[in-house]
Amino acid sequence: MTADPVVSVRDLRVYYGTLRGTVRAVDRVSLEIGAGQVLGLVGESGCGKSTLGRGILGLLPEGAVSDGEVLYAGQNLVNMSPRELRRLRGPELGLIFQEPMTRLNPLMRIEEHFSETLKQHEPSLDDREIRRRSLETLGRMGIPPTRFRQYPHEFSGGMRQRIMIALALLLRPKLLIADEPTTSLDVIVEAQILSILADLRQSFGTALLLITHNLGIVAEACDRVAVMYAGQIVEEGTAREVFSEPAHPYTRELLRSTISLDTKELHSIPGAPPSLIEPPRGCRFHPRCPDAMQVCAVNPPVEQELDRDRRVLCWLHGPAEEVPEDGWSPLERQELAVAEEA
Amino acid sequence: MTAVNSAKDDVLVSVRGLKTYYSLRGSFGQRLVGREAGHVKAVDDVSFDLYRGEVLGLVGESGSGKTTLGRTLLGLVPATEGSVSFEGADITRMSERELRVLRRSMQIVFQDPHASLNPAMTIEQSVGHPLTIHRIARGRELRQRVAEALETVGLAPAEQFLEKYPSDLSGGQKQRAVIARAIILNPLLLVADEPVSMLDMSVRAKILELMLYLKHEFGFTYLYITHDLATAKFFCDRIAILYLGRIVEMGPSAAIYEDPKHPYTKALLKAIPEPDPLRSVPRDLPRGEVPDAARPPLGCSFHPRCSAAFEVCGWESRDLRDLLEIRWARMAAAEYEAERATIGDIAALDQPATSFRVAAGNGRPGSEVLALLETIRGEMPDEPFWKGVRALTAADGYAEVELFPPVVPRLLPLGRAHVECHLYDAEALREADARQAARL
Repeated sequence: MTADPVVSVRDLRVYYGTLRGTVRAVDRVSLEIGAGQVLGLVGESGCGKSTLGRGILGLLPEGAVSDGEVLYAGQNLVNMSPRELRRLRGPELGLIFQEPMTRLNPLMRIEEHFSETLKQHEPSLDDREIRRRSLETLGRMGIPPTRFRQYPHEFSGGMRQRIMIALALLLRPKLLIADEPTTSLDVIVEAQILSILADLRQSFGTALLLITHNLGIVAEACDRVAVMYAGQIVEEGTAREVFSEPAHPYTRELLRSTISLDTKELHSIPGAPPSLIEPPRGCRFHPRCPDAMQVCAVNPPVEQELDRDRRVLCWLHGPAEEVPEDGWSPLERQELAVAEEA
Repeated sequence: MTAVNSAKDDVLVSVRGLKTYYSLRGSFGQRLVGREAGHVKAVDDVSFDLYRGEVLGLVGESGSGKTTLGRTLLGLVPATEGSVSFEGADITRMSERELRVLRRSMQIVFQDPHASLNPAMTIEQSVGHPLTIHRIARGRELRQRVAEALETVGLAPAEQFLEKYPSDLSGGQKQRAVIARAIILNPLLLVADEPVSMLDMSVRAKILELMLYLKHEFGFTYLYITHDLATAKFFCDRIAILYLGRIVEMGPSAAIYEDPKHPYTKALLKAIPEPDPLRSVPRDLPRGEVPDAARPPLGCSFHPRCSAAFEVCGWESRDLRDLLEIRWARMAAAEYEAERATIGDIAALDQPATSFRVAAGNGRPGSEVLALLETIRGEMPDEPFWKGVRALTAADGYAEVELFPPVVPRLLPLGRAHVECHLYDAEALREADARQAARL
């Protein structure tokens, strides 16, 4: 899909075991991100979007297993040893977390965070060069050099997130994954951080995967968007197309239920996201889907390419030859009790 | 719906000159010598009326004091000064025992439904807890009333939920249970502190719809505390925008959204991400963040972030430090170091002052500092800070900066709303003109 992708994920699966059973958090996901491109990954809590982000970087918790391919510079990260992966993280692959305070060492000055990172990955640099590189990256994020020797607690939440981004960019990684980077910030600071992230593609040529539950953020900051539901990507395309003409009923319903300044009436999606231990048969969205057909409850949908840059996982878009004769009629269901909803 | 009638009977809660200060703990040394470390003005002189049956939105960022204000209203946090009359009785003067009786009439719904329910209590116990505490019902009657409340909030059939534990419920279901607990005593006032911000998008609308339904059905009065102007627009009859403990703009929702006046309100509206890919990230946003409430800016609290700030807004030494740092952040390391050497210690600028010295670097004359400041003024002429400068002079070893003294803004009526901003205060505008003429 992308001419020369920085990373290309093929059929990635990430499962982890819990007391209640195996959670299939990521179930056969494929995606690509090109240099200087921002791909937004949206979905509700529990859909597997964070696990996907971590799975790409091989940062999975103990007890999780993954298979499939994450192709980066000709290598499959999924099969790589933890040691080899560690060498790539930083100079090649970066991650920005939601809670910056939990990722900065409270006992280390900002200066030490930066010099440690640089010394580890580029041992040939002298102190002067380390200082120059650090100050330059911090300055781009709007952190003045006068605060270089301060400790993390002396900064505000937004400043800490800028510092985290600066740290992630210090080694100029080719792929950056930002997991809800603005969720704990106020809206004005959020917008400031988003405009910084949007500038990254020009200044660093980084491929960015921006994970968020906020469709507004995707619309403003991303070139492309992938919508995730119950461990799968149900629709992907350019942000412009997906938002103006959503192909998957879930995308459409999610857009309608977003409350924005233009909202005239409230809308919500019936039901609740399914368990990833035993997801519904057929299409995972069918129990909540207003457009569900007979086939949706029986057979899992087949991914369809609508356009060169557009794919969707929904029977409404075919393939027609695989839908059984009686498959097209609407799915009858009993009314959902309100109780099962929220 | 909008309660514009100001007849006294229509007012449920009347807040006058309310101040809630938290004292700071200070360092060990300060405590040793018994010196006070000062206080945080979480709520700083706030007045408004809450009419029966209306939804008033308190909107602000973190640190604006919106949560403290909500809690002071319920008597959960003691007020430092001012009054809160609930149906004519001042709750700031009540004993804990008197308050307890009143609490039946006012309830709160918190942000995090997962933390609001005791994980060891069944839904019946949690939702029925207010009845138990106030010794209103028990046994069969309790169960009956809990079941009614659950069905009212959509947790039906109630039998399915009575025996369940919070961990068996989804986020939205938990928030419904929390709301059931809040309404079971049939209160007059519901304070909802970010009731939907922890919920997924697809669930938010359901909870807001439920709250609207309850309002129509039972005539509750709501105080809706939120940082989210989008949900507030949908839900509230009137909006009060809070910044650093003060109401900076208040009025009917329509007025606030159609024609925001305060630069802060405008910025908040502009910053909301809209699900419209044709709109790009807004660029002309206020810089920085909400300042430390323990050391608020002089004059108008918003002036350091305001692009429309002018002569009277409260310029001070910390603003010059910010300006220097913004400039230095954009410079290459070598360039910065050269410029930095011209100026001495800048930590002295952290002490708020309107007349102060900028020390020269080691062995540098004050004239160099002055020249540098003039260069910066030439390169960044649109920085509002310069409007606040009355005079810049050089002396031996430092430059002397004299700023115009701060004028504290007043909450004044403007159209259908009230705004606390010098831009709309004729007196402040006249003063600014006079200052322009007096600039040296």
